[in-house]
Amino acid sequence: MKSHLIAAAVALTVSASVPMYAVAQSAAEQLQEYRDMLADGNPAELYEMEGEELWVKPMGPKSASLEQCDLGLGAGVVQGAAAQLPRYFADTDKVQDLESRLMTCMENIQGIAQADVVKASFGKGLRQPMEAIVAYVVGQSKGMPIQVPATHPKEKEMVAIGEKIFFLQGGPMDFSCASCHAVDGQRIRMQDLPNLTEHEGAAAGWGNWPAYRVSNGTFWTMQRRLNDCYRQQRMPFPVFGSDVTVALSMYMANKANGGEMNTPGLKR
Amino acid sequence: MASPMRIRATEKDGEVDVKVLMRHIMETGQRKGGDGKPIPAWYIETVDAQVGGITVFLAQLGPAVSKDPFLHFKLNKGVNKGDELTITWKDNKGESRTDTTEIK
Amino acid sequence: MKNKMTYLSTLAGAALLATSMGVSSQTIDPAVMAVMESSFRTQGIADKDRIYPDEVQALCSDRAFFNSPEGQKKAIALQTAALEAIEPPSDGVYMGDWKAGDKLAQSGRGLTWRDNVGSANGGSCYNCHQVTEAEISHGTIGPSLLGYGKLRGNSKEIIEYTWNRINNSKAYNICSNMPRMAHFDILTEQQMKDVMALLLDPASPVNQ
Repeated sequence: MKSHLIAAAVALTVSASVPMYAVAQSAAEQLQEYRDMLADGNPAELYEMEGEELWVKPMGPKSASLEQCDLGLGAGVVQGAAAQLPRYFADTDKVQDLESRLMTCMENIQGIAQADVVKASFGKGLRQPMEAIVAYVVGQSKGMPIQVPATHPKEKEMVAIGEKIFFLQGGPMDFSCASCHAVDGQRIRMQDLPNLTEHEGAAAGWGNWPAYRVSNGTFWTMQRRLNDCYRQQRMPFPVFGSDVTVALSMYMANKANGGEMNTPGLKR
Repeated sequence: MASPMRIRATEKDGEVDVKVLMRHIMETGQRKGGDGKPIPAWYIETVDAQVGGITVFLAQLGPAVSKDPFLHFKLNKGVNKGDELTITWKDNKGESRTDTTEIK
Repeated sequence: MKNKMTYLSTLAGAALLATSMGVSSQTIDPAVMAVMESSFRTQGIADKDRIYPDEVQALCSDRAFFNSPEGQKKAIALQTAALEAIEPPSDGVYMGDWKAGDKLAQSGRGLTWRDNVGSANGGSCYNCHQVTEAEISHGTIGPSLLGYGKLRGNSKEIIEYTWNRINNSKAYNICSNMPRMAHFDILTEQQMKDVMALLLDPASPVNQ
């Protein structure tokens, strides 16, 4: 077969082609080459296509579509909506990120109980169509500036709480987000770590998730990314859409304010 | 009832770039369930892409490929904008799914 | 007797951390703990209790407090206590098997909600450190350990320092990023001896 066949679900082990005495620099270059090859076609686009169809599809007990869902720019306005999330919503009187806001719409418009979505697992059941919808919605903000100025008092409060939680250590390894993400130029194994406490790093982080994650062969939303961070920190389970996830998102998005949305992204 | 594939096929400078996302559990048959018994294998075996009834690309997947396989491949000779590209996958249980898209 | 982590559950939102060191206690913002409490649940072996910081974690979670005169006093007190609590190996033998040590340096297993009780934990060393020359997949969060034993020798002081550092890195630097391997039973005594050998045994690839 002469064409490039890239089955992203099959792990490509770069180390198989790099002699053991090679320095880390050359391995980093090879990894970059591999990443560039993948960037040539982001699988997330296909999740976007699916999400676009699901947005207008009647679903749930009320057999209604999400076309009246207000993501902050008015009922049904999808373009640019993700770039200004998380934000305060008057109807729920709280700060919400994209996924918790979608749950609100799914419950109110479609009759899908929020508790059932929270109970479900990532990539399965009720979450699967939701994840495709997330890909679609964030794709409709691609290339736009991140607009999370945190002007509302509740938004300001969430930023402040998010920042404190970012530095809050816990669990048997004493980890906080800051353990990995508060310094420039570090990496864990071969994975570069953005400094999320500074604008540039925060924009790199917030502007590139949700993303198709090659190592898992799946599209990961921000909720899933945060969930897995906490797992690796040896912390207990952050409930889907809970305040801790919204607070951290608010902190990062506000720090990233003015940066570019590159979503959906493509990650290792 | 298998979920639809998402296919995107675009022609540029004589080359057709095809991306397809398949929705399939791709169970290897090695994993054990909560009861300790192995979960039965269930995975896509073949993927066949055709234009005008002729196979232009054929892949054998199998249990090594993980959930929701994504394929990206290019075609050059004899395949053009406006042609219909039909992709079929078949799994080890005998189920299959066919979807068609126009090459843009 | 190893220190066991004492958590104090919050009462009406305020988390007060008692200390026997005579330094006044530190309060975590009640609004923050309220969010933590309403947001987390136990999963697998990861108990909800883990959200409550112990004294060391609380100190290192708050840069402003850490930098204050009170915070600095607390830092010294906790660091001293950490060092005093470290125990030497029960049989007096510090060095194990470097081959086993390298395996466990590679392993990042253990203590997450997907891990099981009783399964051996890894040291996760390569996540943060360069260790051997051959392994290029290493992090840069901690200093390189290449040539560790070759550069320092095998004196009693170096052996004890290395042992202590593996047991509880915070005994030398209270806000060290390195997990406390003995304090939280991340590694067993034998595993720590194997890591010692990885670093100090002249035959170890670290020292070639």
